[in-house]
Amino acid sequence: MVKTVDFEKSLKRLERIVQELEEGKLSLDEALKKYEEGIGLAKGCAKMLQEAKVKVERLVKKEDILITEDFQPEDKEDVSGDD
Amino acid sequence: MSAQKNLNKLNRLDNRSHTCPVGEIVQEDRARQDKSPSQHIYTVSELTQDIKLILESSLTSIWLEGEISNFTHHLSGHMYFSLKDENAVISACLFKNVNQRIKFKLENGLRVICFGHITVYGRRGQYQIVIEGLEPKGIGALQLAFEQLKGRLFKQGLFDSSHKRPIPTMPFSVGIVTSATGAAMRDILKILTTEAGFLHIILRPTVVQGEEAKYDIAKAIAEFNQYSQVDLLIVGRGGGSLEDLWAFNEEVVARAIFNSNIPVISAVGHEIDTTIADLVADLRAPTPSAAAKIIVHKKNEILKNLDCSCLLLTNAIREKIYRLNESFNLIYTSPAFKHPLQKIEEFQQDVDNLTRSVFLAMQHLVQIAQERLAVISGKFQALNPISILARGFSLTTTLGGKIIRQASCIKKGEWVNTRLAKGSFQSEVKRIVSDGGKLDG
Repeated sequence: MVKTVDFEKSLKRLERIVQELEEGKLSLDEALKKYEEGIGLAKGCAKMLQEAKVKVERLVKKEDILITEDFQPEDKEDVSGDD
Repeated sequence: MSAQKNLNKLNRLDNRSHTCPVGEIVQEDRARQDKSPSQHIYTVSELTQDIKLILESSLTSIWLEGEISNFTHHLSGHMYFSLKDENAVISACLFKNVNQRIKFKLENGLRVICFGHITVYGRRGQYQIVIEGLEPKGIGALQLAFEQLKGRLFKQGLFDSSHKRPIPTMPFSVGIVTSATGAAMRDILKILTTEAGFLHIILRPTVVQGEEAKYDIAKAIAEFNQYSQVDLLIVGRGGGSLEDLWAFNEEVVARAIFNSNIPVISAVGHEIDTTIADLVADLRAPTPSAAAKIIVHKKNEILKNLDCSCLLLTNAIREKIYRLNESFNLIYTSPAFKHPLQKIEEFQQDVDNLTRSVFLAMQHLVQIAQERLAVISGKFQALNPISILARGFSLTTTLGGKIIRQASCIKKGEWVNTRLAKGSFQSEVKRIVSDGGKLDG
């Protein structure tokens, strides 16, 4: 959740920077700073998406508390149809 | 009560008209007419009245199956058509107040099962069935239930786009509500693990068909909301019959989706299956695989956009630098920078020009002065004692150099100096002669 919020914030910030730079009203100094920040944001965001770190868990209720635990896909098939 | 009454009435009618084959009745009636004038003679109205009574009292609530033909939807809002099978046909009418409640479209050729009662329309000598309820034959019941719930939830605003939660730009954790062993789970996991590697996937296995399914699905959605650590829910199952998918057409599931704080993507069955869950969900994926692909697609789109942003940033900064360079060049190549000495040279030239003019002016002045000088020196020449001497005059001074202008100024025996045009001589004064010839001394 937090990750998503941060990610969206980064994207918004990046969008803003692109817009500011494209308007071309910044001084060279400011523009260079914003450029570095923007490239940094873009690379950071891309990295988050490209990290191969998939985690599959299962939501279970134990003594009325919801927790997640490792999920091992079962082999057996049921009759709930195909897709 | 009315059934008993009707029965009595029918018995009475039976007694009056007898029950015999039609042909015999005609013959008998004629015979009776002749033989026994006391026999009751019907008026048309009376007979119609009796027919009406017989039919309308005995056929009060009947189920009838038939095929619709000659369908017309009258301007009044009432519907008129015929119901037929291979051998017979009956007029049917579906009054406005009833047909407004029918959710599917009536059309010729549609086989229906309807519920209604028979009425006789005496003015035309017609009987008809007035329909009170109607279902398509076959999947009718479930379909009707679906339409009914759909209509109700629609009225309550559960499908309104204003209630739709936005799907996060990029979900990083996804809750999945489906059977742990079904094809849907398998498909979703396969796509998400291979193509969207960054995800945290949390499964909440549920029963997806049978009576319990709706409660389990609703509970799973509620649990994810309680757990509250996922960005997005995928709720669904693989394809199946309408009955198999039915849990997703249940109100309890629809309400659970509607009440979810977490955005829900529905993913039920195949593309052609639309369930109530699909209508309430924030986004409908045609299949479970498609739901997973939505996330993968989002990821790819964002990566593409990030690349694009980098490009835009780089272009913008290049443009900035280019433009600065341009303005620098503009200044650098301006005449002042290109030929910095030119101005000075120009100044020098000006100075030279001025100098020359001044010189010329001076020369002119000098010439004039010289000319004037010549004139003046001419005059001076004339006045010069030397030149006077040259004309033969001489100048006599005392030895002290004092010019002797009068003879009285000298004494006899004094030495004087006489200057000639060339040279001079000294002499001793022997005699003084004053003007008039008088000699002194």
